[in-house]
Amino acid sequence: MSAAVQAQPHARLLLSGNDAIARGVWEAGARIASAYPGTPSTEILESLALYPDLYAEWSVNEKVALEVAIGGSMSGARSFCAMKHVGLNVASDALMTITVAGVVGGLVIAVADDVGMSSSQNEQDSRYWGRFAHLPILEPADSQEAYEMVKYAFELSEACNTPVLLRLTTRVCHVKAVVEVGERVVHDITGFASDPRRWVMTPANAKGQIPAQIARETKLLALAESSPLNRMEDGKDRRIGFVTSGPAYMHVRECFPDSPVLKLGFTYPVPVGLVEKMASRVAHLVVVEETEPLMENELKAAGLSRIHGKDLLPRLGELTPNVLIPAIHGLVGEPLPKGSVYPKIDPFPRPPTMCPACPHMGVYYSLSRLRKQVQISGDIGCYTLGAGHPWNALDTTISMGASMGIALGMDKARSAETKDKSVVAVIGDSTFLHMGMQGLLDIVYNRGNVTAIILDNRTTGMTGGQNHPGTGKSLTGDEAPRIDFAKLVEALGVAPERIRTVDPYLLPVVYKTIKEEIAVPAPSVIITTRPCVLSEFFDRQPPLKVIDESCTGCGNCIKVGCPAITVKRTETRTRADGSTHDLKFTTIDTAMCTGCRMCVESCGPKAIVPAQPTAVAQQ
Amino acid sequence: MNDVITNILICGIGGQGVMTAAEILAQAAMAQGFDCKKSEIAGMAQRGGVVTSHVRFGRKVWSPVITPGTADLLVAFEVAEGSRWADHLRPGGTAMVNTIRLAPPIVSSGLYKYPADPVAQMRAAGVPVIEVDAGTIARELGNLRLVNTIMLGAIADHLPFPATELEEQIVGRFRERKPAMVEVNQRAFEAGRQASQRGNADVSARAVNS
Repeated sequence: MSAAVQAQPHARLLLSGNDAIARGVWEAGARIASAYPGTPSTEILESLALYPDLYAEWSVNEKVALEVAIGGSMSGARSFCAMKHVGLNVASDALMTITVAGVVGGLVIAVADDVGMSSSQNEQDSRYWGRFAHLPILEPADSQEAYEMVKYAFELSEACNTPVLLRLTTRVCHVKAVVEVGERVVHDITGFASDPRRWVMTPANAKGQIPAQIARETKLLALAESSPLNRMEDGKDRRIGFVTSGPAYMHVRECFPDSPVLKLGFTYPVPVGLVEKMASRVAHLVVVEETEPLMENELKAAGLSRIHGKDLLPRLGELTPNVLIPAIHGLVGEPLPKGSVYPKIDPFPRPPTMCPACPHMGVYYSLSRLRKQVQISGDIGCYTLGAGHPWNALDTTISMGASMGIALGMDKARSAETKDKSVVAVIGDSTFLHMGMQGLLDIVYNRGNVTAIILDNRTTGMTGGQNHPGTGKSLTGDEAPRIDFAKLVEALGVAPERIRTVDPYLLPVVYKTIKEEIAVPAPSVIITTRPCVLSEFFDRQPPLKVIDESCTGCGNCIKVGCPAITVKRTETRTRADGSTHDLKFTTIDTAMCTGCRMCVESCGPKAIVPAQPTAVAQQ
Repeated sequence: MNDVITNILICGIGGQGVMTAAEILAQAAMAQGFDCKKSEIAGMAQRGGVVTSHVRFGRKVWSPVITPGTADLLVAFEVAEGSRWADHLRPGGTAMVNTIRLAPPIVSSGLYKYPADPVAQMRAAGVPVIEVDAGTIARELGNLRLVNTIMLGAIADHLPFPATELEEQIVGRFRERKPAMVEVNQRAFEAGRQASQRGNADVSARAVNS
């Protein structure tokens, strides 16, 4: 990361797409940059935070991030914001109107689609925002293109008075490839000039600007037809020609090195004229795009009826060589190239787990004990893993902050069978500040009977530990005001006696607190207080071990879910009534254990003790 | 430089240093003048899940991902993960496998079984495997974090560039940040090289005996 910051012009570096974009944004002279973390886009802002002469922030959510960038653009500063695909859904309210008003300083929005869903709740094609919001879309295929296109995007934004969407995918953001960097161009901030007819979007003012927005699209189409980002690459095998964009282009070139390819980087408005030229040269034309048939449908609507696309290719996931080859080879009737010669061995699944000492385990252990009495609406973060083994203590995960509203809806929609169940909502600190606060306000306002548990681990965990208003630090690591969650929820109207703070490591206390709060028919909030084990605030303790002779094989400690605890021996016992049950004798991996003592709390026979005698134990 | 692309698949578990090893390998290839791409899907993998990293280098690299059945080298930081990804090797490709067994919670709590001998499974499937007990070597050298350097040492003689280039990439990093770690990493690299040469001899002996 720092290599790109310090690199001199013309240096060649191995950069991820995210680091390359950051360098491009800085070289373009941007002065404002904002984001909310989201895989795979997170590292763009982390990288930008290291550059001089540029203001970079973590915003509380993507809508605010876009608004900050809009404010920068209105003030004549080149401005940038980044988000993942679902983040643009959140930001879309601001987007759909700024697209009418236009820009002063160039405004570029990088949106990263998680094609293949490595870490997201759905798969979306953000290119549709181009058509919906009348915006140009640029699609880089690798780091070098990402770096170049973001600079082009600022020029295009100012030339056409429009925000520009830079559509990325995981294979652009996280692939490292060779990039040659350049120099920064200085763009001074011109300052905000009052112009209510332009910026105050009353109906009358907006109506006045919509014709310009529509006219802009004609200009953008002409640019797309002639843009250097869209190029024809000829090939000697003209049986199949391809129209493709993004990383799919790389896969096409890998699989069909002799075929002609129309490589599109400026993909909305769709340059139909270029495609028509390509179609006239080849026997079959295949549109290869991840994930939706967006170009394909536009081209068919324009009269190119004989093209192939999603009739051959899947709409879900990446179009990598192992997907492309079997899907397309049949067009020319060639035998399928031989795949792997070695058989697939499938040892066992290895799903992601919570870390040893993760404070979320204390809450999920307790919720799993209360499972029959509660419905649990969850949210987006590491704690979504509570849905898995061994806790099985999460019923829903939909979108950022949704745990709150969904819990209220569940509370108001009870059947004869569920009328006695309690409703619990589980949300992380960063997610609560992102979009959970409004939902809790709604619970309070509408007298919902919901117990909300805020898992405050003092970081944005799943994306790798970013700061937010609850951590006391900014994106750049400077001191920042730290929000007090108890005061915040009290201000939202939760009764002070219904706001409980617990140490999630103290399992009996967590269990008792949840049990007490679900029994009270009023909104209540439980806030946990232990930091993420991967954060700077975590205090590692000496490891623990199991005393063999004391372990009764009850298996309680396994139910905590700590990956450092393993079963070393099982035994089947027969009860007096002839039924059998399995005993699980356990051991603790001292190299992994950080001494949180949650397992100690779960152990009846007190068989778990410090691995090395401590000073206290020796006394 | 010819048009041959070298495909190296590195696999393991979140937190083992798979991505760092891939980064070092990619930097070494780039320093040798190759075009290079390094790719992984990280996402939730940092929470103890499966991690793979693809490193491809040659005169010109297009796709950043290795097509199953085309990997020249599989570097497995954990033995069952080696078996999981062995079908990605090309015929005659080599699996360099750290023999450490790391069971996830769903195995240790009894929901799934850890295979008795993943190396035997791979060999039964015809995969050429070189075993490296990197955990034991690291312990002998006094630092479990050296597994990464040991595994890179193990593949150093299987690359289309000199082992010294890879060693310099590793040592260079420590020279800047932690000079005290330079010597032990040099020893770890060399120990990995020797272990894989011994393992290689075992493979040859088995081929003769079979």
